[in-house]
Amino acid sequence: MTLSIHSQIEANQTKSILVVGFFVLFVTMVTFIFAKALGFSPSIGLIALIVASMTALGSYFWGDKIVLSLSHAHLASRQKDFDFYTVSENMAIAAGIPTPKLYVIEDTAVNAFATGRDPKHSVICATRGLLTRLTRRELEGVIAHEMSHVKNLDIRLMVLVAVLAGMVVFLADWFLRALWWGGGRRSRDEDRGASALYLVIGLALAILTPLIATLIQLAVSRRREFLADASSALLTRNPDALADALLKIGKDKEVLEVATNATAHLYFANPFKGKQYTAWFANLFNTHPSIEERVKILRAM
Amino acid sequence: MNILFIIAIVALVALYIWYVYNELVASRVRIKEAWSQIDVQLKRRADLIPNLVETVKGYVKHERRVFENVTKARSVLLHAKTPAHKSEANNQLVDALKTLFAVAENYPNLRASENFKQLQEELSDTEDKVSYANQFYNTVVSDYNTKLETFPSSLIAQKFGFSEAEFFKASESERKPVKVAFE
Repeated sequence: MTLSIHSQIEANQTKSILVVGFFVLFVTMVTFIFAKALGFSPSIGLIALIVASMTALGSYFWGDKIVLSLSHAHLASRQKDFDFYTVSENMAIAAGIPTPKLYVIEDTAVNAFATGRDPKHSVICATRGLLTRLTRRELEGVIAHEMSHVKNLDIRLMVLVAVLAGMVVFLADWFLRALWWGGGRRSRDEDRGASALYLVIGLALAILTPLIATLIQLAVSRRREFLADASSALLTRNPDALADALLKIGKDKEVLEVATNATAHLYFANPFKGKQYTAWFANLFNTHPSIEERVKILRAM
Repeated sequence: MNILFIIAIVALVALYIWYVYNELVASRVRIKEAWSQIDVQLKRRADLIPNLVETVKGYVKHERRVFENVTKARSVLLHAKTPAHKSEANNQLVDALKTLFAVAENYPNLRASENFKQLQEELSDTEDKVSYANQFYNTVVSDYNTKLETFPSSLIAQKFGFSEAEFFKASESERKPVKVAFE
C-alpha cells in the first residue's frame, strides 16, 4: 500500500512538470504560427513564451483560488457546517496532515472536490447537497477520499490541468475571434483572407484536440480514483460508509451547474451525470470510473 | 587497489548507518508529535466535562454517584502520564460517560435542551478525534517498531539504544472496527 502511494506521488510530480512544459511549449508554438499566418511579427512568440510561463506559475500558486472562484464557493464555518468542519479535522488527524481550508458550494447537487498545491496549501470543497444528504459516517468516507488526493499530491496535478486546459480552450476561442474580425477587415483581398482562415482553423483543430486529450488523460486515471477509495477505507476503517455515499451520489440526478469542462475531473463524482449535459469533453474522456465498479470493490474489502 | 576497495566499503557502511540512525530519530519525533495530538484531544474532552456535568445536574437531581464517577475519571485522566495509564483512565472515563448519557435518556427536558445537544455533539466529535489520533499514533509506532525489529536496521537501533514505543489503546467509540484487507 505505502509503496504504491509513494510511486503515485512520484508519478504526479513528473506529470505536473510535463503538463507545465507542454502548456508553455504549446502556447509559444501556436502563437508563433498564428503570428506568421496573420502577418504579425513572429517575435510575438517570445512574448507568448513569457506570458505562458507566468500563467503556469500563477496556476501553481493561485490555481486553487481560481478554481474556487470559478465554482462560486465560500468558506465553511464551524458553527454552520459542524459535521463537515469536524469530520475534515478528524480525517486530517487520521492522515497526519494539516486540516485543509474548507469551502462550500451552495448547490443542491451532491459532489465534492479537493484542490491546492500540497498538503500545507490544500482546500476541500463540498456542495450543500452533499452536506445535507449524507450521514456523518458517509461524509467521513468522502472527505477521507479527498484527503488522500491531498496526501498523494493528486491535487497539484489536477489543478494545473484544470487551469491550463481551461486556458487553452479560452485562448483558442480568443484566437478564432481575433481571426474572424481580422479576416473581416481584409475582405477586399478575398482569396488570401479565406485561405488564411481555413489554414488557421484547421491548424487549431489539429493541434488542440490531441493536446487537451493528453492533458486530461495525464490528470485522470481510474487508478487514482480507486487508490483514493482504498486509502479512504484505510483511514476510516469503514469502506461500507463510502460505498453508501457513492450509491447516494449515483442516485442523485442533479447537474452541478458551476462545474465546467476544465474542472470536471476534479470532482468526487462526474458532475455532468452523463446524459443531461452535452459536454463533448465529459463524454469523450470518461473522467470517472463507474460508481457500480467502485461500490463493488469497496463492498469486497 | 585493495585498500581503496576496503575504504569504499567502510564509507558505504558508515553512510548506511548514518541514514538509518537519522530515520530512526525522525520516526521517534513523529511518534512524539502523534502522541501530543492524542494528548490535545484528551485534554479537549476533559475540558468539556465540567460544563456537561453542570448542565446535566440542572435536570438530574438524584444521581450523585454518576457525576462523582465522571469527575473522578476525568481527574485520573488529567494526571496520568504514560500511554498505558492514560489508556486505562480514558477507558474509565468513556464508561462513566456512557452511564451518564444512559441516565440522561430518562430526562426528556434534558435531552431537548440545546446546550445538552451541543455538548453531546462536541463530545462525540472529540471521541472521534481521540480515536483517529490514536489510529494515526499506532500506525507511526508500528512503523518505528518494525524498523527496530527488522534486520539490518535492528543492529543499528540496538547499538544506539533505541527502545520500542508503546501502543495506545483507547476504547472504541461508536466507530465500529471494520476489517480492511488489501489484496
